[in-house]
Amino acid sequence: MTHTGNTLLAVRGLTASVAGVPILKGLDLTIRAGEVHAIMGPNGSGKSTFAKVLAGHPAYEVTGGEVRFRGSNLFDLAPEERARAGLFLGFQYPIEVPGVTNAAFLRLAYNTVQGARGKDELDPLEFDDYIQSKLELLAMDPAFLERSVNEGFSGGEKKRNEVLQMAVLEPTLAILDEADSGLDIDALRIVANGVSKLRTPDNAVLLITHYQRLLNYIVPDYVHVMEAGRIIKTGGKDLALELESRGYDWVAEEFAAGRATAASVV
Amino acid sequence: MSQAAEQGYLEQLLRGQASLPASPRVWLNGLRADALERANALAVPSTRDEDWRFTDLSPLYRTVLPPAARRDAVEPGLLVDFALTEAGPRLVFVDGHYVPALSDPLIDAGVTVSGLAEALEQGQDGAVPEHLGRYADFHADAFAAVNTAWLHDAAVITLARDRVLARPVHVLFVSTQPGVSSTPRVLMVAQTGSGCTLVEDYVALHEDAYLTNAVSEIALGPSARLRHVRLQRESKAAYHIAACAVRLQRDAQFESVSVTLGGRISRYSLNVTHAGEGGECRIDGLALIDGRQLADTHSTLDHTRPDGRSRQLHKCIVGGAAHAVFNGKIFVREGAQRTDSSQHSRNLLLTDKAHVDTKPQLEIFADDVKCAHGATVGQLDADQVFYLKSRGLSEGAARDLLTFAFAAEVVERIPVPSLARRLEQTVVHQTKGKQT
Repeated sequence: MTHTGNTLLAVRGLTASVAGVPILKGLDLTIRAGEVHAIMGPNGSGKSTFAKVLAGHPAYEVTGGEVRFRGSNLFDLAPEERARAGLFLGFQYPIEVPGVTNAAFLRLAYNTVQGARGKDELDPLEFDDYIQSKLELLAMDPAFLERSVNEGFSGGEKKRNEVLQMAVLEPTLAILDEADSGLDIDALRIVANGVSKLRTPDNAVLLITHYQRLLNYIVPDYVHVMEAGRIIKTGGKDLALELESRGYDWVAEEFAAGRATAASVV
Repeated sequence: MSQAAEQGYLEQLLRGQASLPASPRVWLNGLRADALERANALAVPSTRDEDWRFTDLSPLYRTVLPPAARRDAVEPGLLVDFALTEAGPRLVFVDGHYVPALSDPLIDAGVTVSGLAEALEQGQDGAVPEHLGRYADFHADAFAAVNTAWLHDAAVITLARDRVLARPVHVLFVSTQPGVSSTPRVLMVAQTGSGCTLVEDYVALHEDAYLTNAVSEIALGPSARLRHVRLQRESKAAYHIAACAVRLQRDAQFESVSVTLGGRISRYSLNVTHAGEGGECRIDGLALIDGRQLADTHSTLDHTRPDGRSRQLHKCIVGGAAHAVFNGKIFVREGAQRTDSSQHSRNLLLTDKAHVDTKPQLEIFADDVKCAHGATVGQLDADQVFYLKSRGLSEGAARDLLTFAFAAEVVERIPVPSLARRLEQTVVHQTKGKQT
């Protein structure tokens, strides 16, 4: 029996602006449990804006459309409520937080999210055990825990730290924005394997990426091409390979031709 | 306030000074007499003085705070909370007077940690007269002149060549009497290659008004190293006016963390002179104030010789309707080539009524130097708040954590772990949920 998971995320006609400039112009996307989606597209197409809108960044204004996350109106939830409900954004540019150790931050975030999900919180010793397995998953040195969050981290270390947070918080939907940038090939393999191991039939991953190489490790069920604030083409994993060799222009041309045809038919 | 009333104020602080018993040391009597003469000639500072523009002492001048009498009978149990788990030698001063019964001095080959009288008895006369009163200039500073005129007790720490103390020295100044003034004094002399950690700690057993008028002098010989912690946790109604003068000889290292928590009005003037080549200092400060407190830090780093290095980070967390003042001067004298200096003032305002005046100031007379400075005043960083919220933290929890972190950057530099932990608790207690 083929099993289609529950719909986790349903985006319909989403429009959003930054400082009054429209960036998202009618975006549609459906993600079900158990799936991996990838959004690809040229710079400035709105990929990161989409991720930030989903996470609730205050600089982005939603101007229209609807997003339902696990059945609820996402925009009724504050950013922290979205996180507790199981939405996770791995930042393209993780923020440095000097003076807060990774260990303290991870434990506070974990316990906050656990508490909101009606589960038991962990004391520092218990959390220490819990975090060890997550560190191993990402081949991270425990010394990372004693450093301030992202402060002085290399680009690759920051990305690994984002996935560590994902591993700790066990989100239902993880959106990873350029998770592969700044990673050398070994680190890429480790991070990708870590993400893959965190997959279950009940959760889903949305990868936002410029390059196909990450998708060799985390094989997507759907690849979407974004341009000018919309998804203009959706295909399977082979679409990523085709984009890698042919670029994006042909997709845009095809989309424009399709619209022209549609318009002439009308 | 009239000039005459201000002058009367200094006389009041000096009342009874004439009956101070003469010291058998002629040089000490001479020092006091010089200082008394200056105190009689000087006017107290007012906001008309550039160095006191933002710090109005007229509430102090309106308060009668006669010199504190000696009071030896302090229940030791009352001091338990101030004990450092790591501390080695400890000197306790009650209302400015040294109390041997509460202290744990150390007099050993080449090491003296004791009151002034005991230090002089130990034949350390050589070091003490050479340095006492030499760095904290009282010729233009009325409060330092009053302090020096009263010089009878002092915390004296002398280290002979290459002597290094493993455990921190704790000098505890306890205020027990409301409505009085005291004149704490510290002298630290470290010879070539010696070093220690010194915790200078000002506390109170009550919440009323009093004046602490403190002077510290620190002389570091070639390659000597001092890690200095200065903790001002006076009552919130207290007046605290303090000067610290530091002189570094060749390759000496001075690392200082000063934390300001108490005081209705407090002023800390720190003066560091790089008198030898290659000296290094790191000066960090944190003022954590609220209510109607005013905390003023003035520092001067004077590079007079080549290859000196200085790092300064001063932070203020200002809540309520409190007011923080920072003025940081850095001089790089002609000939102080290859000086490497940086100074940063970072200020976090928790409320709309909180206020900061900050002024980093560089004066460079040499041409081959590296100097950086900057100041920021503001609220918490919105991107950091969002990042923490995106991990499930509430707005309040995110703000509390970031405020804590802002303070922790300085608190973590305190080389006495038990003190750092305790201060972290204080930060949490004082800032949690205090943002508007």
